Amino acid sequence: MPLHPVGIRATEWGWRHASRSRWALHGLDFVIEPGERVLLLGASGSGKSTLLQAMAGVLGGSEEGEAAGELLVNGLPATQSRGHSGLLLQDPDSQVILARVGDDVAFGCENLGVPREQIWPRVQSALDAVGLRVPLDRSTSELSGGQKQRLALAGILAMQPGALLLDEPTANLDPTGVTEVREAVGCVLERTGATFVVVEHRVEVWLPLVNRVIVLSAEGSVIADGRPDDVLRTRGAELAASGVWVPGFPPAVPSRSAAAGATLLTTSELTVGRGLSRRQPPTFARAFPDVGIREGTTTALTGANGSGKTTIGLTLAGLLPPIAGEVLAREELRGHAGKHPIGWKSRELLTRIGTVFQEPEHQFLRATVRDELAVGPRALKLTNLEVAARVDELLERLRLSALAQANPFTLSGGEKRRLSVATVLASRPRILVLDEPTFGQDSRTWEELVALLSEYTRDQNAIIAMTHDQLFVDALADEVVRL
Amino acid sequence: MRHPFSRVNPVAKLGAALLLAACLVLTIDWVSAGTALLLELAAFAFLGVPARQFWLRTLPVWVAAPLTGITILLYGRPSGTVYWEFLAAHVSDGSINLAIATALRVLAIGLPAVVLFMTVDATDLADGLAQVWRLPSRFVLGALAAFRLVGLFLEDWRFLELARRARGVGDTGRFRRIPGQVFALLVLAIRRGSKLAIAMEARGFGGSVPRTWARESRFGPGEWLTVIAGLMVGMTAIIVAVTTGQWNFIVG
Repeated sequence: MPLHPVGIRATEWGWRHASRSRWALHGLDFVIEPGERVLLLGASGSGKSTLLQAMAGVLGGSEEGEAAGELLVNGLPATQSRGHSGLLLQDPDSQVILARVGDDVAFGCENLGVPREQIWPRVQSALDAVGLRVPLDRSTSELSGGQKQRLALAGILAMQPGALLLDEPTANLDPTGVTEVREAVGCVLERTGATFVVVEHRVEVWLPLVNRVIVLSAEGSVIADGRPDDVLRTRGAELAASGVWVPGFPPAVPSRSAAAGATLLTTSELTVGRGLSRRQPPTFARAFPDVGIREGTTTALTGANGSGKTTIGLTLAGLLPPIAGEVLAREELRGHAGKHPIGWKSRELLTRIGTVFQEPEHQFLRATVRDELAVGPRALKLTNLEVAARVDELLERLRLSALAQANPFTLSGGEKRRLSVATVLASRPRILVLDEPTFGQDSRTWEELVALLSEYTRDQNAIIAMTHDQLFVDALADEVVRL
Repeated sequence: MRHPFSRVNPVAKLGAALLLAACLVLTIDWVSAGTALLLELAAFAFLGVPARQFWLRTLPVWVAAPLTGITILLYGRPSGTVYWEFLAAHVSDGSINLAIATALRVLAIGLPAVVLFMTVDATDLADGLAQVWRLPSRFVLGALAAFRLVGLFLEDWRFLELARRARGVGDTGRFRRIPGQVFALLVLAIRRGSKLAIAMEARGFGGSVPRTWARESRFGPGEWLTVIAGLMVGMTAIIVAVTTGQWNFIVG
């Protein structure tokens, strides 16, 4: 594939987002030679993604912020060099642009004004390079997460950029998807020799492919730059403490307690599934083995993305009706309420089964963090004093006190995750259902979550977690159900 | 069975349906609508529109037409002999005529629109709008990409509902909660939209280079034939109505 690797040079470069007084990045000085492969590390909030977007030339004009110094791609200001670099983002769903695979890959070529007769050969060779062997008219919505990311990569590749810029491209993927994408990228770099910059907080994923590591400080300046071995040896501990997943620095895991108590919930010959509405037939149905959820235990439901984990979890949580079979609440759990969680009132559910959704934003209801935490306790009609006591305790425990008056939608990814777990714990349910609680989290948030959940089961509660995070399963799970 | 219109450029179908509708909304009489309807049904039969698909897809039109008719029958402007009266409802010679004319008109405009659009693909339509009709590509492609997000929004809405039940506030005030839910959906939509915009920009969308098109949107004899057929059906209906003296121009 004819393509010229490009160099990237920053001279005293900085960026301040509009409406912020602090510079997100400042005084950056570095030269990335054509063909170099760089891993860009830093704590969350250090401006890694911003830097990557700036290199891709998509960091907007004056209405989005203010730049200082100079950032050159292939000798041209980055803002004028669109097309010299290709940017791959984190969320597979937001990167699919068109409905058919071939059209989606061709989209970038069309925008660059590539003549029609050259477009289709480019599309085919880009799809070959990322190993996506599907018909050109295949619907893009039928692809898995890993396939969507490879499709987006092919779309970039077809533009024949001199630099590939990847922003946590595997954070939302299951382990198979991660391997798929990493291998596709490796193959592309072999073929093209393109310059490569990747932002990622899971270091081990990209370590085999890079030959240089640049570390940004929390204040947005370069604090380390060099060969991967050297940088990780001298800065590893510091990076791990700031939330980066560094090989050899695993997060702390609490000791296990093995005191299973009474059974709270059982399933019998359960089949789950869901359609778009109650009236429509389900889009898929899946049988689920009989399980018993016991006090003081954690049950992990594992399986690839798309294996129906979410649907099973929401059915166990009393939110979706089973298609066949039963979810049965035992005496110990149900108290005065009925046998089937799906028949419970919303308020009855609160103290019995709590659910933490995969997307925290789906469950936020109020304009401040404090009010958000009070929703459950208020629905339980606790006194103002009791509500305040519970809220204050959780704010403190989850390091959210300083954010008590902030809007939940404006928090960072890790803060949103902590808040979404806290809002459910506030009403003290006996069973906690969590959907991919550690998805895309940095090691610090991971460590806090695992400690919190371990403590929660120690109080004779139970956890059901849908996850494909093996480290999480190893740390907490007493039972594993593979789907 | 292959649908006879599946290979026709969507903008030609859109043009044909619009021209036909334009002819039929000029007058309210049962002759023009009846003529158009007969011609259309004959054309569908001749071209071999698959019967099962036809009835399934056009069912809403068949339901809507008599309902519109009944409404006009009861509440249309009364004239001539009045046969039945109840409160504001009158059934008269005039309203009977008007009801038949309207019901036929709904069928004559609705059926071809549904049949022509049974096989339209959004991407092909966008290709046609931008290349044949020369609408700005920024607008057309932006709308096309945004359209794809609708499925994600439906999913979001379901999760928002389930989450309300999970948070203990799902028992009462289903309607009172809607504004809050709409707001949350809006926030999610803006977030998804801006991510999509970055992804599109990163692929050179909105740049200064004139855009090329990977697939040519053709407007050939088949397309012209479709448009002319639509116009012919409309014109024939008008001519028949005028010659039989039933022409009832809508203005005045």
